[in-house]
Amino acid sequence: MEHLYEMLSKVDGYIYPNEIELHWGILIVLYPYITGLVAGAFILASLERVFKVTVLRPTYHLALLTALSFLIVAILPLVSHLGHPFRAYEIMTTPHLQSAMAIFGFVYLWYLMVVLLLEIWFDYRRDLVIWASQSKGFKKKIYQILTLGVNDLSPKTLSWDEKLGYFITVIGIPSAFLLHGYVGFIFGSIKANPWWSTVLMPVIFLLSAMVSGIALVMFLYMMVIRFRKVKIDMLCLDEIGKYLFYVLVLDFTMESLDQVHRIYEAEESFEILHMLVNGKLNITLFVFQGLMGTIIPIILLGIFRIYKPSEKIRRPVYLITSLLVLFGVFFMRWNVVIGGQLFSKSFLGFTSFKLGMIGAEGFLMAAVWLILPFLILSVFLWLFPPWKKHEEGELGLKSHLSNKENYYGNGEN
Amino acid sequence: MGNERISTDRRDFLRKSAVLAGTLLASSTTQPFTALLFAANEPDKTKPWYAIGIDIEKCIGCGMCAKACKLENEVPQEPFFYRSWVEQYTLKNDGTLSVQSPNGGIDGFTQTVPESEIFKTFFVPKMCNHCAKSPCVQVCPVGATYESPEGVVLVDEKYCIGCRYCIQACPYGCRYLHPVKQTVDKCTLCYHRLKKGMTPACFEVCPTGARIYGDLNNKEDKIHQFLKVHNCQVLKPQLNTGSKLFYNGLSAEVR
Repeated sequence: MEHLYEMLSKVDGYIYPNEIELHWGILIVLYPYITGLVAGAFILASLERVFKVTVLRPTYHLALLTALSFLIVAILPLVSHLGHPFRAYEIMTTPHLQSAMAIFGFVYLWYLMVVLLLEIWFDYRRDLVIWASQSKGFKKKIYQILTLGVNDLSPKTLSWDEKLGYFITVIGIPSAFLLHGYVGFIFGSIKANPWWSTVLMPVIFLLSAMVSGIALVMFLYMMVIRFRKVKIDMLCLDEIGKYLFYVLVLDFTMESLDQVHRIYEAEESFEILHMLVNGKLNITLFVFQGLMGTIIPIILLGIFRIYKPSEKIRRPVYLITSLLVLFGVFFMRWNVVIGGQLFSKSFLGFTSFKLGMIGAEGFLMAAVWLILPFLILSVFLWLFPPWKKHEEGELGLKSHLSNKENYYGNGEN
Repeated sequence: MGNERISTDRRDFLRKSAVLAGTLLASSTTQPFTALLFAANEPDKTKPWYAIGIDIEKCIGCGMCAKACKLENEVPQEPFFYRSWVEQYTLKNDGTLSVQSPNGGIDGFTQTVPESEIFKTFFVPKMCNHCAKSPCVQVCPVGATYESPEGVVLVDEKYCIGCRYCIQACPYGCRYLHPVKQTVDKCTLCYHRLKKGMTPACFEVCPTGARIYGDLNNKEDKIHQFLKVHNCQVLKPQLNTGSKLFYNGLSAEVR
């Protein structure tokens, strides 16, 4: 409790006596951040599958596996943050349906079980069967189990795989919107908190989710190419850059609209929020989220829309941009979650937040939750390498294969 | 001729749609959105429906209410956990406002503003508003926060998962996470005493009778007299929480 005494001495103005401690810390910052990455990565994948942006094919499976790796982890910081983690199941067994949060378990499971796992399974089933026959030992066992005993590779069955996979992606798009729009609603529906309570919150969350997810896949694609020492598909990278630019502009517009609206309406909470953004959130909002996470990436990607320098320049710029965007969106979540708790609901003062190094709510634990999905993804990429998938062949997948040499960087150098 | 063009399937579809639309319309008139909007149920007219009245003009800021509450309900003694507290508002001649609540007012108050600078000063006792449309009840994902049939908002500590969404949703800062139990805690209007016909601790100890509670369903109850003779206001009325804590003499500065 010593940290509370320390915080007590840092209170600025008047806050309600129960408000000294911030109840949602770094773990709850991670929750919308990670779910956002999932939703964004999935939407990028669906661009290829549903909207036939075939040039994005090299990132399709990578995006799906990324979404799955992050979704598996998404729930962990959330549960570990609970006062009683072992009671977490109650949210599924006795959900209080008027609560926005009660639906989370169902939305999460729907997305994990129905959308992602099924889509990936239909997409990989044929390869699992083939890999099971080609591998030995442990890997063979895993592949055999994952086929779930469906070893039929007849053209008819394979075409069903394709049809069902497509159908699930179509369902998956509104599901991805639901997953993250809903996370925004959890915050946006709290009328007690003027920093959160805006009807635009689900829209802003969704757009920033798409931004972060696209940036993550862009970053991972470049990393995977580097590790495999193959040639990168610049057409694909440029296309991702294009979408990232458009969504960034849309996201920036919506967030600006929200702020302009607040400033112009200047409601009861205006003074305290004005002090908040110019004080405690000064750096994280204007520098980290605004300048580094939004303005600089928009300018860099925007220049590429008009003028395309050589590949040598574009590649590092894309790499830096993706990292900047990921950094900026993290601080967008930070500014919402932490920022919303720094000011008192009496609108008369501020408490403070200090991120500790150790402990379940500390920096190191947060780093673990952020690194874990990358480890899971490495295992997935080892087990289900998209570049070893058997795309060509008897199925009518030819439409995807017009640029075959470039897929997954097959043109090795 | 027209009949021939409509296939049986389509006719069937139209009929089913009409039935569905009619059912929705009919059900919406019986329960007009309240089920979705408000967590609370309509008050049961056969039972007491408690409300609280606080007369700010009578409060002397002794802090006995906050102290009694901590003792009666075993609220942790550290200065971060309160079910009930008192705030001192001081409006200065220059128009600025100073608010304080050292240790929730338990140890009393010392006026820090020189008397010559004071425009007006007063005390505001705070506690759970036991809202009829409680945001905290609405957001609890497992239903651990609920409203008793008497309109008292309670927490089931054996069921609370400690997600703290209710703490975020309470506009009045009336909830805290119990440091030992790791569940959310708040004012129960001393429900354990109420059920035995006793007065809640903070009401019991108030030396000036600044606070009363009563049954809104009973027109003879003193709370009706309180609401009749005073111009009462609730905190943050714009949030439409259905607060049942009515203040007499509430100044506009108080939030």
